[in-house]
Parts: sequence; structure tokens; C-alpha cells
Amino acid sequence: MGIFTITLPDIGEGIAEAELTEWSVAVGDEVQEEDVLGTVMTDKAAVEVPSTVSGKVVWLCGEPGDVVAIGAKFIQIEVEGEGNGSAEPEATAPKAATGDKDEDKADTSEAAAPAPEKSAEKPAPKSDAKSDAKPDAKSGAKPQPSQAARPAAAHRPLAAGEKPLASPAVRRRAEEAGIDLRRVGGSGPAGRILHEDLDAYIEHGPPTARQSGRMPALGTRDVKVVGMRRRIAEKMALSKSRIPHITIVEEVDVTAVEELRGQLNTVHAASRGKLTLLPFVMRAIVMAVREQPEMNALYDDEGGVVRQYDGVHIGIATQTPAGLTVPVARHTEARSVWDCAAEVVRLAEAAREGKASREELSGSTITITSLGPLGAIATTPIINHPEVAIVGINKMAVRPLWDGKEFQPRKVMNISCSFDHRVIDGWDAAVFVQKLKSLLETPALMFVED
Amino acid sequence: MSDMTCKLLIIGAGPGGYVCGIRAGQLGIDTIIVDEQKPGGTCLNVGCIPSKALIHAAEEFHKLSHFNGSSPLGITLASPQIDLSATIDWKNGIVARLNAGVAGLLKKSGVRLIAGKATFQDGKTVKVTTGDTSVQIRAEQVVIATGSAPVELPFLPFGGKVIGSSEALALRAVPDRLCVVGGGYIGLEIGTAFAKLGARVTVVEAAERILPQYDSALTRPVLKSLQALGIEVMLATKAKGLGDKGLKVETAEGSEREIAADKVLVTVGRRPRSDSANIASLGLATDGPFLRVDDRCRTSMQGVFAVGDVTGEPMLAHRAMAQGEMVAEIIAGHKRSWDKRCIPAVCFTDPEIVTCGLSPDEAKAQGGAVTTGQFPFAANGRAMTMEAEDGFVRVVARKEDGLILGLQAVGRGVSELSAAFSIAIEMGARIDDIGAVIHAHPTQSEGLQEACLAALGHALHI
Repeated sequence: MGIFTITLPDIGEGIAEAELTEWSVAVGDEVQEEDVLGTVMTDKAAVEVPSTVSGKVVWLCGEPGDVVAIGAKFIQIEVEGEGNGSAEPEATAPKAATGDKDEDKADTSEAAAPAPEKSAEKPAPKSDAKSDAKPDAKSGAKPQPSQAARPAAAHRPLAAGEKPLASPAVRRRAEEAGIDLRRVGGSGPAGRILHEDLDAYIEHGPPTARQSGRMPALGTRDVKVVGMRRRIAEKMALSKSRIPHITIVEEVDVTAVEELRGQLNTVHAASRGKLTLLPFVMRAIVMAVREQPEMNALYDDEGGVVRQYDGVHIGIATQTPAGLTVPVARHTEARSVWDCAAEVVRLAEAAREGKASREELSGSTITITSLGPLGAIATTPIINHPEVAIVGINKMAVRPLWDGKEFQPRKVMNISCSFDHRVIDGWDAAVFVQKLKSLLETPALMFVED
Repeated sequence: MSDMTCKLLIIGAGPGGYVCGIRAGQLGIDTIIVDEQKPGGTCLNVGCIPSKALIHAAEEFHKLSHFNGSSPLGITLASPQIDLSATIDWKNGIVARLNAGVAGLLKKSGVRLIAGKATFQDGKTVKVTTGDTSVQIRAEQVVIATGSAPVELPFLPFGGKVIGSSEALALRAVPDRLCVVGGGYIGLEIGTAFAKLGARVTVVEAAERILPQYDSALTRPVLKSLQALGIEVMLATKAKGLGDKGLKVETAEGSEREIAADKVLVTVGRRPRSDSANIASLGLATDGPFLRVDDRCRTSMQGVFAVGDVTGEPMLAHRAMAQGEMVAEIIAGHKRSWDKRCIPAVCFTDPEIVTCGLSPDEAKAQGGAVTTGQFPFAANGRAMTMEAEDGFVRVVARKEDGLILGLQAVGRGVSELSAAFSIAIEMGARIDDIGAVIHAHPTQSEGLQEACLAALGHALHI
């Protein structure tokens, strides 16, 4: 038997480290070659790390949330024959971003594995005299596996009518103080409410809340920000801290484009797919950046370069179960509105199912963000760093617009666009927004080729 | 007829009433307590205390009777004699001391004790008749603590050779043949005592087993002991009435038989005295024969409380005491409600049975997974040195987290474990808590720790 160490493979993009988001195995598990060992998160996507050997897992490098360097020891597996190196695992992950890694972690993993059935063995009698004295004594009553019988510390919700667990003195104090113990969390064994729990409750309960007869909820939960959420957090912080945003909100009368969309859907929906407003916005952006190529660009502020792109690669901010992600519709300048529509649908599905590739999640040059029907009157979109512009779509509504003689009911949608004010002046930003507005209000302009 | 007023009037000076009175007095409430009998109620006068006195005397006599050369302890004595009349005088002496003690405690607390028969005039007015005189007492708050009385069988009315438990505890001669109708704890306690005093005892029980409120594991050692004492236990047997020689019964097989008896002790249960003192005129809400009370012992009438046996099962003195204490504090303006997790119950048979909280079956019926641990006294050193190896301690715990839901034991002297049992449950102990507590060696109480360790899968001495 030997120990085989698998290191974290280079997963591309030139990255030096990845965040461990999930283990698929635990210490003690048998794994086969090609079995997934765990998942790490890069800037863009989750990557599964497969096993290159078969054997038994004996060591894991850390726990979800830890950041592991590419090439560092990832997992150790006991294999038939010789392994590929030393059996001594490293005490900790090569780089522990969360800091407080303790030595118990390997033990924790072991404890998670099924406990051996200790009680299968009948304990030896203490003395012969005693064992003789109880020939028919029940042997060990009902021995329970000690692990299974070991009381857990977790709180359990009270069943209907069940009394909260507390000593009589605590119950009396609570009654006198008018506190319903069902609202007090117990920190004692089996969730028992201790005097200290009651003290804390009395101390922290705001008097106003108590006067109302309603007890304040004092519980807190720490939710570790890992994986996708951490990526989003870092990205947002980067965008917001580095980029001085300027946001312009403009009202757009989309009655005409809605009419056009309706007619096109009537004729072509069956054969070409249904159009939403989004492909028209994409089309408008393509047209607008043709005149203002500085909007379709990435700003490398350290290099002092704004790289303008001929191709318009539009990122579509998409909500997925794991969080916000931005799949990219590449080369929209070469796509028809139906093609755009189909690509958006395909990318959204891939993103929501977590199947979008790294290529599909990177390379955008300008981004559209939309909250759809939840989209409010105005938003303040955060630029998708290192881009310089983002177009936010707000909710469409029928509003009265003055046509010079009277109010007309028109379909109106606000757009909220943010720009990197370091490289985009307010004037240029306003011109861009006006261009989008005029294109969307007169959709024929979008399809006039010069 | 003179008039009296008070803040609190308690009808009945049994364990519920007198404890309520003492506590009310301590809290400065102007209190009057009324009872026809001497204070202490059924428990002190004709129940717990007298029966335990008789059981003790019988046990001592029985012990001496067996020092006849057959004792493994090597002790031999000449044949002992018992003068039951003297025993009863001794017992009465204890009762009298306790009567005086309760009266003294009430007096010390400033409670007025009035001997007399109470009759409700309305919800706050009671007429108390003592001999030819009567007094009307008007109170702001009233506590009904009228207790319970033995159930009489219509075909075996008390009188002549048919007696109830009260009379049995006052017999001045040991009956040659005693027939006990009812295999509950009262019948078995008294029947066992008289068997130890030399009576030939037959127990007639209509159910399939004795002590039907307990599971068979707990009652098995008791049945074995009854048989060893020469007590005939007739199960699934119905009493039919008195015959020329004794009690006529219908046996399990359906045949008629007459059991010769000098005395027929009827102990088939107790009924709440909710019909006394003109309580019915108040029109209080009831649950079957019991007065209905809420978790503060309030009846359906404002300012009228009820405590003890009159409010329902279990009819136990210590339940009544706890209720009485609580009600006094509620009347004094404290916030109190019935929040007990368990009420221990003891059966003073030989061996004794003590239970607290849920039995394994009851715990399972509540739906959650349970774990049990049991430790036999056969593996307990102290039990061996006392010739008391029968029985065991058993713990019932929630499997999920080891919270102790119930504790039971059967064995010599296990009634004294009741305190440990109820403390464990009331404090919310888990099996690993009790397993980690040092229990003095050598004692039977080690069985409690060992049962908990057994439930954890690692009992040490078995």
C-alpha cells in the first residue's frame, strides 16, 4: 500500500489559486479513478477535480472556503502498490485564506465518517464474583453504538405542545419576568435554557419590543461567503471601489418597438423563436457603439490603456441559483435580433444550470443588466469591471405622455446607464444614452444599414 | 350564626389544602382552612402515613419471623409475637404527632383552622357547621381541596366484614384470612403487610395482571414476591358478592368459587369528592367526575380554585401539595403556572416500584425514537449485601440527544430514588449528565448511573 498525492491541477486562465467550494469525498471513502473529488471555483466557473487513481481517501487539504494554490497538495489517497511520494500530509492547506484553520480539521473529517460499532463487544465483567452472581442478568440491556447514542448539541425545534427544556429555577424566573421560554434559545446540553441564556435575553431584549408583548428575535447566523458569492462580492467591491460611476437615467417610449416586436412575433415566432425587448436593446447598443467605440471597451487602469473592441460582446447579467453571473453573447454586431434572442436564451439556461463554460462567462466588452418585471423605475448599475459602460433596463409601464396636444398612453421604459467617469465624460455618456433612446423610439433606424 | 371574612378560604386540610394554607400564611394572606377531620387529610390520617407505618411494622415482624434458623445471615431468634393493637396505637401516635404538626405549621403561618363541615352557599360564601353551631365565612378567593374517597362496590358495601383501606389500617387484630378485592397499589400494599403479619391473603383482580398502570417488567418482581409470601393472586377474576364463608368470585375459567375470608378489603380505586360541600351547586365545569382546572388550578368560576385529588389523576399527595403551593402564590399575586415535567409515583409493595416521567411505551407513543438502558440490582454490590437483588433501574431517553424522558425502578427501598429521578427529569438532564455524576459506592443508587451508562452503550458493571 502506498500514498498517492493529487495536486490541484492547472485549470487554465493563468490563475495561481482557486477556492475550494465543495468536497465530494470524505476521509475514509473509497474512490475510483475519474471519480470527482471536489470542486474549486475560479474567477469565472466551478471546476470539478477528478481522481487520477483508485483507493481510499486519507487526507484532505482543507475545507470549503479555503483557497488552494495551483500545484499544491490537494488530496491524498491510499493506493495499491507504491504511491507517488511521502505519506506525511501537510498540516494545513498551502494557503488558508480564512485564517483560523485549526488542527482538528482532519479529526473532524474522520468523525464525519461512520463510527465503528464499539458496543458490539460486550464489556468484560469487572469481577468473576459479579458475573457469577448474575447468570441471567440482561447482557448490556440494549447496547447502543456509543456514537449513535451520544447526545448531539444541535438545537431541535419544539413540537407542538412541547415544553422548552429548562431547570425549575429558570422556568420560575422566566414566568416572573413574563418571558415565554419558547422564545429563548437554549445553549445548554440538549438545548436546555440556562440562567445565562435568560440573562442574555433579558439584557438584550429592547424594552419597547417587550412592552408590545412581542419578544425581539436575538438569534444570529453566520453564513460563510464562499464560492460564487465570494466571487461576486470581490468583483462588486472591485468595480465600486475602483470605478467612479456616473449614472444617467432616461425615459424611453418603447411603444413603437413593442409594436414591431409584436408584429415580428406574430409572423415569425413559430419559426424563429419569440423576441423579447432584450435583442432590440442589444441591437441598439451595437448601433450606438458604432458611433462611440469608447463605450465598447476595457480599461486597464494600471497599464493606462483603454482597449476599444470592434466586436461587440455583450454580457447579460443573469440571476442563477448560485448567484449573479454574466454569460457573454459574443459578436452581437454579426447577429440578427433572432440570433441574439436565441443566444441569450441558450446562455441563460447554461448559466442557471451551472453548465456555462469559462469561455461563455468571460470576454464581455459591455454589459446589459435587467431585473425584468421587478426592474423598478431606476437603478444604479455597477459596471462589470474592467468595462466602462453598463446599460440597465427598468420595468416597462404604460404612462401618459404629452404629444403636444394631449396626453397619450404610451409604453414607457426607463434605462439606467452607468459609465466609468475616469474615461467617459458626462457629455459623451449623455450622447450615448440619447442614441439608445432614439434608436429604441424609432426602431426602423436600427435596421437601416448605411 | 356569626359571620367571618377572609381573603382566602380553603375547603379541606389535606396535603393540597394545608400546604396551600401554610404558603398563603407565609405570604401574608388572611386565610381560613376548614376540615371536618383532623388536618392532614386522607394521606396523613388514613392513607400514606398509616399504611407506611403498618408496612414498616409488618416488615420488621416478617424479618424477625424469618430468623428461624433459615436465614443466610446466621441469625436465629425465638418465634416473635405481634400485638397489632399496640402497633396501631404506635401508628396512631405518629398520625397524632403529624396532625399536631400540621396544625402547628398552620398556626405559625397565621392561618385559622376551623373544624367543621363546609357547605357552599355561593361561590364565595361557605357555611361551616361544627356540632350545633355554624359560622358563615365570606372570602375573596376559595380553594376547593376536598380530596377523594374510596370507591365502594354496590354488591360489596362497606360494613361488617367488608372494609375499606381506612378500616384496614385500624384493625386491632390480624385477620386469619384476608381477601383483597383489587390488585392496585393500595390493595397490594396492605395485603402484603397483612401477609407479613401472618394473615392468609388472597388478591382478587379483575384485570389480567396486577398493577395495570405499570409495565410487566416492573411488576414481575412484585408478583414473584407476593407468591413467595404465600399470597394467592387470582387474575382475571371478578368479585360477585359476599357468601357465607367469605367472598364469592367468578374465576378466569368462568367457574364460581367462594374464598374463605374473615375480612374482605375492597380497594378498587378512589373517586374525587367533588360532590361534597354542595360543590355541585356552583355549577363548575368538570372533566368526568373531576373538577376541571386550568394550568393555574382555576376552575370555571372566577376566584374559585381547586387542587388535589378532586381535580384528577394522578391522585397523589405530592401533586396536591405542589398545586396548593402554586395556588397560594398565584393568589398572592405571583406569576405561576403548572410547568412540571414529571410527577414521581411510588408503589410501596415488596419490592417497591418507583416511576417518573415516561415509560418506554409512552415515550415511543409520543413518536420520537427512544433509547433505554437498564441495570439489574443483581449486579449491584449494595443490593447483594441487603439480600435485595431483585429488580432493576431503567432509563428512557430521547435517542436524538439523550434527554432523559423517564426513569423507573423496582427493588427494595427504591422509593428513595424518586428524588434523584424527578430531579434528573425536572432539571433536563441527559443520560451523559447522570453517567458523569459520581454516585456513592456501595449504594443502590449506583444503578441509576449504570442504567444511563447502559443507554450510552457502556455500562461498567455488567
